[in-house]
Amino acid sequence: MVGGMQTPSEFTSVRLFVPVGQLGGGVRSDELAAALKRGAEVMAMDAGSTDSGAAYLATGTSKNSRDAVKTDLRLLMTAQHEAGIPLIIGTAGQAGGDMNVDWTVEIVLEVAREIGYRPRIAALYSELSCEVVRARNAQGRVKPLPPLGDLADETIDSCRHIVALMGPEPYIAALEAGADIIVGGRSTDTAVLAAFPLWKGAPIGPSWHAGKTGECGSQCTARSTHGSGVFLTIDRDGFEVEPLMEGNACTVHSVSAHMLYENSNPFRLTEPGGILDVTAAQYAQVTDTKVRVRGSVWEPQPYTMKLEGASVGQFQTLMMIGITDPAVLSNLDLFHDKMRHTLVRRVERTMGEKAGSFDISLRIYGWNAVSGRPVPKDAPPPREVGVLCVITADTQDLANQMAKACNPYFFHMPLFEGVELPSYGFAFTPADIPRGQVFEFRLNHVVEVDDPLELVRTRWFGDFADPARESANA
Amino acid sequence: MPKLREVCRHVRSKVAGPFWVTIDLFFDGEENFRKYHDNPAIRPQALAEIYQTEPALVSIYPVAALNMIKISYPRDRPQGGMIERDLHSGQQYVYLLDVEMA
Repeated sequence: MVGGMQTPSEFTSVRLFVPVGQLGGGVRSDELAAALKRGAEVMAMDAGSTDSGAAYLATGTSKNSRDAVKTDLRLLMTAQHEAGIPLIIGTAGQAGGDMNVDWTVEIVLEVAREIGYRPRIAALYSELSCEVVRARNAQGRVKPLPPLGDLADETIDSCRHIVALMGPEPYIAALEAGADIIVGGRSTDTAVLAAFPLWKGAPIGPSWHAGKTGECGSQCTARSTHGSGVFLTIDRDGFEVEPLMEGNACTVHSVSAHMLYENSNPFRLTEPGGILDVTAAQYAQVTDTKVRVRGSVWEPQPYTMKLEGASVGQFQTLMMIGITDPAVLSNLDLFHDKMRHTLVRRVERTMGEKAGSFDISLRIYGWNAVSGRPVPKDAPPPREVGVLCVITADTQDLANQMAKACNPYFFHMPLFEGVELPSYGFAFTPADIPRGQVFEFRLNHVVEVDDPLELVRTRWFGDFADPARESANA
Repeated sequence: MPKLREVCRHVRSKVAGPFWVTIDLFFDGEENFRKYHDNPAIRPQALAEIYQTEPALVSIYPVAALNMIKISYPRDRPQGGMIERDLHSGQQYVYLLDVEMA
């Protein structure tokens, strides 16, 4: 385990290139060339996040398009092949579940065939079955994080996929075993970047802090949209960070402010096996474009892995209208309430008991759809609004049937009685869009482990292990 | 009595995992930071009311070196459920802009 390691006397420095904040986001060949010229020893980045919601873990699919991921992989793997430096990818396929990892491995193998080389590929899996999580929970080894409480078996069973966030150790084990490319399942972003420096014997605090700084690629630079990547050098005393693009710079502000990004605590970041504490970190501008960071501290803790679980729920169907009618725009709250009442009654009357448990939510974009909060009485009417109708029901068919039942009312309900039926603006036909299921994150817990690898499976891909092929190609 | 938007140069919000929201208030200069960073309008009691949570669950971290404070609080419901209006919580900071700094 890395927690008790001393910086070995032979260690001097290690150079880490983060090509992009997320695989599929657009690796740049000019930055890649610049990083190799500067002596990058490893390329590391994550390929996902929970930010976009639970759908990707629940369904095992990627948010990024296959073509976008493949385009990035072709650039990265070509560099991997030519420079002979490892390529590390974490949280593969957006969510890092087993299906997300396999999807990514398949693309990696395809690109390797197209390039015509045979890298040693390690896939790291950290998906857990409900049974494993229930057993750990029964042993009292699953602990809640606020705001959630103790974990009930029903909550575990409601998850379609559960992953444990890996630390750097499985990556280090794969590097030790000679991996050229590592496709990791769900991992902390920081661990994916810290793994190689830690393996090389870099000091622990600076390795983790460098990982946190580089996790979003060029986000820690002054012009975060000018370029994709960032270059980090970890040495015995700290680390340095700089951009790859001419005309960009890392500044004390851009680097220190990144520690705030997407963290609830700006000074202490909990990771598997410890806490990165940057309270005493000092940031110094060493050149116009480069910042040096010292004083980052790693506090070892009992080893825990955070759990993420995604559940699948009811089904939704959407309809949308646009309204420019001034009478409606002057009475939007009344319109909302009347419309919702009308649609609910329509479903009850046409479907009765069969409707089951359902919900109809109307969001008036241009009024209060985003906030869901009351609008001040003196607010002027908007120029136009869009009304999104979200119908939630037990099956997709039921939600679709409800939308069809509501269709004439949603598109033609008059605000006041005794007027000609209006037709609100709709943009497509058919008017209802089956949207699929509701996906939710259910777990906010950690699992205690004795060994960072005990919940992780490593599988090797590629045909390098075949001695006949090895010698035939020699 | 200035509004929060008048004493900050940048305000942003984002999810910090599926269950938490974090808001960064970058004050416009050291003086505004000193004067307003612990104003009652942006203490846990007032924030809990704005964001419908418990005051005890609202954390506030001043970062003097950056003239900013970070506010973290739990989402009123987990990300992406049946009724979701702001998946990234990227619009949640807006409710603070017009808060009056007494």
